[in-house]
Amino acid sequence: MKSVIEILKELRPEFDFAAAGDFIAQGMLDSFDMIALVSALDKNYGISILGTDIVPENFQNLGTIEALVSRQRAKI
Amino acid sequence: MNLRFRGKCISGLLVVVPANERSFVEDMKGFNFPEARSLKLKQVMGFDKRRVVRPGVCVSDLAVFGLEHLFAQGRLRRDEIDALLVVTQTPDHFMPSTSSIIHGRLGLKQDMLCLDVNQACVGFVLGLAQAFMILEQESVKKVVLINADVLSRKASPKDRSIYPLLGDAASITILERGPQDSIIHGSVKSDGSRAEALIIPAGGLRLPSTPETAVLENVGDNNLRAKDHLFMDGSAIFNFVQTEVPPLIEGLLARAGDSIDSVDYFLCHQPNRFMLEKLADKMKVPYAKMPNNVVQHFGNSGSVTIPTLIAFNLGERLLRENLRVCLAGFGGGLAWAAMLLDLGRMNFNALIEYQ
Repeated sequence: MKSVIEILKELRPEFDFAAAGDFIAQGMLDSFDMIALVSALDKNYGISILGTDIVPENFQNLGTIEALVSRQRAKI
Repeated sequence: MNLRFRGKCISGLLVVVPANERSFVEDMKGFNFPEARSLKLKQVMGFDKRRVVRPGVCVSDLAVFGLEHLFAQGRLRRDEIDALLVVTQTPDHFMPSTSSIIHGRLGLKQDMLCLDVNQACVGFVLGLAQAFMILEQESVKKVVLINADVLSRKASPKDRSIYPLLGDAASITILERGPQDSIIHGSVKSDGSRAEALIIPAGGLRLPSTPETAVLENVGDNNLRAKDHLFMDGSAIFNFVQTEVPPLIEGLLARAGDSIDSVDYFLCHQPNRFMLEKLADKMKVPYAKMPNNVVQHFGNSGSVTIPTLIAFNLGERLLRENLRVCLAGFGGGLAWAAMLLDLGRMNFNALIEYQ
């Protein structure tokens, strides 16, 4: 199973997500990236992130993305 | 608003798609976007092929082609059409109505109703509701509902947020009286405060088209679009669908005494595969009960996606058997609506190509 940061690197290899602050404010993830990321996270972790959770606040940094994944994994 | 109709049915459906096919791989050459990211977009959203009209083709051309096909096949007679209802966002002209143009081109009788309805992706469900209301009149025996749009003509080829998903199509649905014990339940919602989430800013009287409104502007993410083009706030629409549609359908099922198990198919508007899979997950509907392959094969043709879904996936089957189906449309307006009915034993249910 890949980590969140590995999935992010596959999606946007040109950015250093480990060193970044706010992925949205810094233009590292746009609305399509969020959808592509959710699709990859769903497949990787065997979850389905709710459509209503696909909002910028949940994709600002590694912590918010990992928390989103954890909430869904807890429901399995 | 809750709706209820008794003794009405859908007796036939014909979908007309342009023979002209475009591929996503072809379209993506026009985007200012890395190829690898475009291919990811294709994979997640389910974009592949779509049908679009050639320059100059209008809604009435697709509709007249389909109706003449039905006349020639003996599926419908000119003189039995009592009402012609056209749902479109891309009329041939501001004036006269497209239904009047179709009426004239086909030489239909004078003693009938022609009516245009300006609705987008919710337009099949709202069109059915309007048609069933017209059928309440004793003098009306048969209503022809036409859903048609050629929105590809209003999209910027350099806007990957909208261009690769649009298709053009028309559908002809025949509605008439059915068994008195058949009940159709419907539910309709509107929110005009969010109207600008899906809009063509210029070209109406509020902002007439000028050379300035035709100028392409960088609107972010390297997408180029003019005010004459269709704009969609993708994030707002996505969240609207995920928030509003599940409770609408759940309320409708409860009111009708149905459940997810008692419904054979949830036939939803087809914006893209990802949105529909998320909708199915939220409602706990198996993917097999909520087909999502119209965008992949034909593109998103607004109010024609549900008829296309029916003809493409259930064409032969609905000639022989009855299925319990829930239709759900959602989009521009904003508007969202659902209808629960028995569909089947149709006289025809097919898809043809406009050459």
